Amino acid sequence: MLFTVNKSPFTAGNLKSCLRYVTKESPILLYEDGVYGAMAGTALEPEMKETLKTNRVYALREDLKARGVANTIEGIQLVDYAGFVDLVAEHNICPWI
Amino acid sequence: MGEEQYDEEQSTEVQKKFLFVFKRAPHGTIYPYEGLEVILIMAAYDQVISAVFTDDGVYCLKKGQETAAIGVKEFSITFKVLEQYGVEHLYVDKEALSARGMTEADLVTGVEVVDKETIANVIREQDVVLPF
Amino acid sequence: MKFGILIMDGPYQHQASDSAYHFANAAVAKGHEIAGIFFYNDGVNNTTSLMTPPQDDRHISKRWSDFVQKNGIDAIVCIAAAKRRGITDANLIKGARISGLGQLTELGIKADRLVTFGD
Repeated sequence: MLFTVNKSPFTAGNLKSCLRYVTKESPILLYEDGVYGAMAGTALEPEMKETLKTNRVYALREDLKARGVANTIEGIQLVDYAGFVDLVAEHNICPWI
Repeated sequence: MGEEQYDEEQSTEVQKKFLFVFKRAPHGTIYPYEGLEVILIMAAYDQVISAVFTDDGVYCLKKGQETAAIGVKEFSITFKVLEQYGVEHLYVDKEALSARGMTEADLVTGVEVVDKETIANVIREQDVVLPF
Repeated sequence: MKFGILIMDGPYQHQASDSAYHFANAAVAKGHEIAGIFFYNDGVNNTTSLMTPPQDDRHISKRWSDFVQKNGIDAIVCIAAAKRRGITDANLIKGARISGLGQLTELGIKADRLVTFGD
């Protein structure tokens, strides 16, 4: 089950609550303002790194670029919209928006 | 359009698991109300329907809501009768509830207060997840 | 694979409609089928033909209209949500149709995946 998160983790609880329900095999995709959760050097980075030990985390390249986020947490994989489509084709989707 | 009509007979032979995730409080936005509307319509299609209430969505089930003075519909009572519509389970996240200073006694009847692992398993089993 | 798309928020205010549009384009480009796009809640506002954005901005409703017509995609606008927001056949974009909420269930059954975009 692919979880998708579109809110900034600094203003909304979506990412935090999504992380309560993800199981090991569940990838997480950050898009729209959700991509701020992928940025390196934030207060959230330790938690994201912890998550990366058990789950694949993806961030949407187009949304990162639009927001000027170039430096992402090591281990987070960047995908474009085609990659977003591939992820949804591979997994059922649980939109945590 | 019109040329691409769905074949209702064929579609309804398929039974899927639909999960409604209520994460938002009532009245502040229309999302939970509209989610409930979808459930009521979907109930006619012989699908497997469940709902999860977490985050501020647990407020949807709070007893004692009186909305007359703000001029919107009070719909917590409708959650109570969902069982009659064939909705199998209404799961409420225990931690989300206690974080908001509530217990099962504060909620309308017919719900199951469960831990996050139970909800994680419920989510994992679904074909379609709809967030409201 | 057959994708269904549910759009729950309006144009310009939130990114939801843009995200859905780019996702739908990418899906079609990869050879997937879009079994239907359902506009619900404020999402119905994406389907008014009356919007006139500045020329240097994207025209969200026209873009949807062109996309669904070009690709022969069923675009369904929830009747109850549309009525609440003043969307009728008179101001509906070409290529879309107004219908009941039951169509969303049908789409969920028909599609291999139902992807929701909203705020």
